[in-house]
Amino acid sequence: MAKTLTQEFTKGLWKEVPPFRLVLGLCPTLGVTTTLENGVGMGLATTFVLVCANLLISALRNVIPSKVRIACFIVVIATFVIVVEQVMQAFAYPLFLKLGVFIPLIVVNCILLGRAEAFASKNGIVSSLADGLGIGIGFTLSLGVLGSLREILGTGAITIPFGASYAVMPAAFEPFGFMVSAPGAFVALGLLLALMNLAPSK
Amino acid sequence: MRDMIKMVVVITLLSTLSGGLLAYLQEALGPQIEQQKLVFVKGPVLEALFEGAENKPVDSRFKLTVDGEETSFFVGVYDGQPSVVAFEAYGSGFGGNIGVMVAVDTTKDEIYGIGVTTHSETPGLGSRAKTDPAFAAGFRHLSVLESHKVKPDGGGVDALSGATVTSRGVVAAVNKADEIYKAHKDEIVQQAKALAL
Repeated sequence: MAKTLTQEFTKGLWKEVPPFRLVLGLCPTLGVTTTLENGVGMGLATTFVLVCANLLISALRNVIPSKVRIACFIVVIATFVIVVEQVMQAFAYPLFLKLGVFIPLIVVNCILLGRAEAFASKNGIVSSLADGLGIGIGFTLSLGVLGSLREILGTGAITIPFGASYAVMPAAFEPFGFMVSAPGAFVALGLLLALMNLAPSK
Repeated sequence: MRDMIKMVVVITLLSTLSGGLLAYLQEALGPQIEQQKLVFVKGPVLEALFEGAENKPVDSRFKLTVDGEETSFFVGVYDGQPSVVAFEAYGSGFGGNIGVMVAVDTTKDEIYGIGVTTHSETPGLGSRAKTDPAFAAGFRHLSVLESHKVKPDGGGVDALSGATVTSRGVVAAVNKADEIYKAHKDEIVQQAKALAL
């Protein structure tokens, strides 16, 4: 518990960034990152659930009996997932149509249960908030990077989330359609993992 | 024993709170979600159906209670007359319910056009019910006063090859729409007129 709040926050951005360092939460990581917009949208939805669930579980950590803690965590997480789903349907319907089944699937995203079990149920509210935000933003950035890589290579253009689309490749570029299909997700993830492992890790 | 009671109480409380919150949210956001579905799911289908209409059919709509359920009817104005009315009906396909928007020409009692709104059919096979214009065109000008069948069942509607179950589902939805139209024709025509005035 000697870690400072800043450390709790920044560990999620590099040292324990979920898809690349912990290699957790791969289902949405591979499934939705066909474009930058999808990746960021999914990341933000997950961040919201993660932060809210972390806060509530941390606040209730002395009330929840340890024998049924997993069931309690799931109830809390599932509630916030449905909140996200409903809000997204009401205010960002096109994004909801694109992310489809992956939004309800946040319930079974192991990052959420992992943070609840490993961190929020043992730490105070403030550090749980920092932890949730850090991991969530790290997850969003990872999905964003993966999404833009696949979108640029696969279509030759990039769409700024909730904004306009720009062609970034020269006109002679032949879109590499493989990158936006499912196997391309594995290749892109593998390349990024390799790159990150090249960087010195203490 | 005390542990047991605590476990039951905590889980029950948590679930109750969760249920309450979600029910409230559903209540609060329901109309907004309905509106979004209208714009993004039914909107494009309606626009394709009502090509060349003189009004904006997505905005000119009325609601009727059909079989205990509220159904939206969309009115298209042609040559100054509110002659075409579209509404949604459901039939069961290969992967669940198929929603079909059926536009009926009320002056001739025939189908003006159809468009699939929601489905969960096999991509590339059943999903062509939504994307293949030739399939939808097969329903044009059919009478709404009789019920229809696909060709493999001895009827007159061309089925999608490799997707007979989906085609049957769409036909079933159209037949249901015919039933709704026949049962409520007077009301529908009256409401459409009132809306266009």
